[in-house]
Amino acid sequence: MTLEIGASGSPASPVPEAAIPVSAQAPAWRHRHLLDVDVLDWSEIELVMTTTDAMREVLARPIAKVPALRGRNVTILFYEASTRTRVSFEVAAKNLSADVVNIAAATSSVTKGESLVDTIRTVEALGAQMLVMRHAVSGAPYLAAAHFGGSVLNGGDGWHAHPTQALLDLYTMREHLPGGSVAGRKVVILGDILHSRVARSNIWSLTAAGADLWLCGPSTLLRGFDRWAAASPRIPGHGRFQVTSDLGAALAGADVVMALRIQRERMAGGLLPSLREYAARFGLTRERLAAARPDVVVMHPGPMNEGVEIAPDVATDPRSVITNQVTNGVAVRMALLYLLAGVHGEGR
Amino acid sequence: MPMSGRQIMTVEEIRRAVIRISHEIVEKQAGTSGLVLVGIQRRGVPLARRIADAIAEHEGVRLPVGALDITFYRDDLSLIAQSPVVKGTDLPFDLNGSTVVLVDDVLYTGRTIRAAMDALVDFGRPRAIRLAVLIDRGHRELPIRADHVGKNVPTSREEVVKVHLVEVDGVDEVEIERLPAPLGETVGVSGTTG
Repeated sequence: MTLEIGASGSPASPVPEAAIPVSAQAPAWRHRHLLDVDVLDWSEIELVMTTTDAMREVLARPIAKVPALRGRNVTILFYEASTRTRVSFEVAAKNLSADVVNIAAATSSVTKGESLVDTIRTVEALGAQMLVMRHAVSGAPYLAAAHFGGSVLNGGDGWHAHPTQALLDLYTMREHLPGGSVAGRKVVILGDILHSRVARSNIWSLTAAGADLWLCGPSTLLRGFDRWAAASPRIPGHGRFQVTSDLGAALAGADVVMALRIQRERMAGGLLPSLREYAARFGLTRERLAAARPDVVVMHPGPMNEGVEIAPDVATDPRSVITNQVTNGVAVRMALLYLLAGVHGEGR
Repeated sequence: MPMSGRQIMTVEEIRRAVIRISHEIVEKQAGTSGLVLVGIQRRGVPLARRIADAIAEHEGVRLPVGALDITFYRDDLSLIAQSPVVKGTDLPFDLNGSTVVLVDDVLYTGRTIRAAMDALVDFGRPRAIRLAVLIDRGHRELPIRADHVGKNVPTSREEVVKVHLVEVDGVDEVEIERLPAPLGETVGVSGTTG
């Protein structure tokens, strides 16, 4: 396949002259839904990255708006609390001139007992053509996709997947790593892996990108991942990754460290003695970060519990790209809304 | 790129057409003041650079050249799936008050030019927008005409005009080819756009 712009070129960079003849065969996009990253092959992930470059260029314009999705209805249906993902999708859709409808399940007929399938049929009857959905139950967007005539974008389902987060994380890493590639780079995801849809989606995209991926946390929050890691060589298209509770080994020479939120609401099961103990043993502090490369990239998908999984001075350190993740989130979601909008009916 | 159709412009003819267009542009503007060239991705961009080179040679003035991608301004969403790649927009100058010469390889239905004008006015308010194309093949679907044309080529809708440029395709030539069976609109495929 042929992509015409350097994958992670800065959006302000001049349009490159085509120095080498390229084949006329452009890649096509065939996915109607985005439910997880595991269905994207590498050329499709690259296409998302280059389309995100173009969206970054749009965001830098005096009028950061293009008419690509004019007349399209994008309905945002969130069954779980969210600020950045919901607002990010809304801003992304509006930058593409789509009409945006917001539904918070807490204030909808869902509280009167309406089923998920009924809600999906209702929003479709009300004109929804693209549905962005977050749900506390893993797999709920797959059910929605089976009953919805348009495109479903998963904005996070239970512990399962958060594909747009994984893609914006990959984009942000490529933007900040020397050479613009994560291949061969040591990437550490630190914290509550067990309850993390962010980690699960990132495992797929980062191993596909050739990263040396390490998952690190207390063993109670890594349950089952060692079996996934052991099985990964037998999964087509899946790369290897490491699972450890040894924080020193994980951080040694790391190129990227991503801290995950300790989800207080999911801590009822006695998996951690206390937040203080977690912070003392696994909190990302300046002292611990000294074991990583001097130019380590520090990330966090948010929202942060500062002082628990990440020290406040690390979150605001010059090496932290946490606010870049938020900005890139808008561009990645614009890219995905745009790519999915062209596929109807027969798409997968 | 292998030749599969009938050649309608040679290297030399393309070179002379570019030089003539460069003279026409300067003549129409009565100079080069306020002029900028904007190539439409993809083959309009190298053509705009060639016109700028020719103007630099005979006027001694180097005009600013920009690149415009009209992908987000197309009027048919179903085209995204076929050709989703965005090639990038770069307009490194202020459009306000300038005279913009849009440059593209083939003028056909006029829909690409409509999209390009919509895109341009999002960046500013040019004093005037003009249009230069290498090939005008007719069959307009919108009230648009070119100010500067390299070659007028009468075609049927069953034919495809392919512009090849060294910068993109490794060779300079224009050929015309008859489609085996009537296909749908081919807007969005570089080199055959409207």
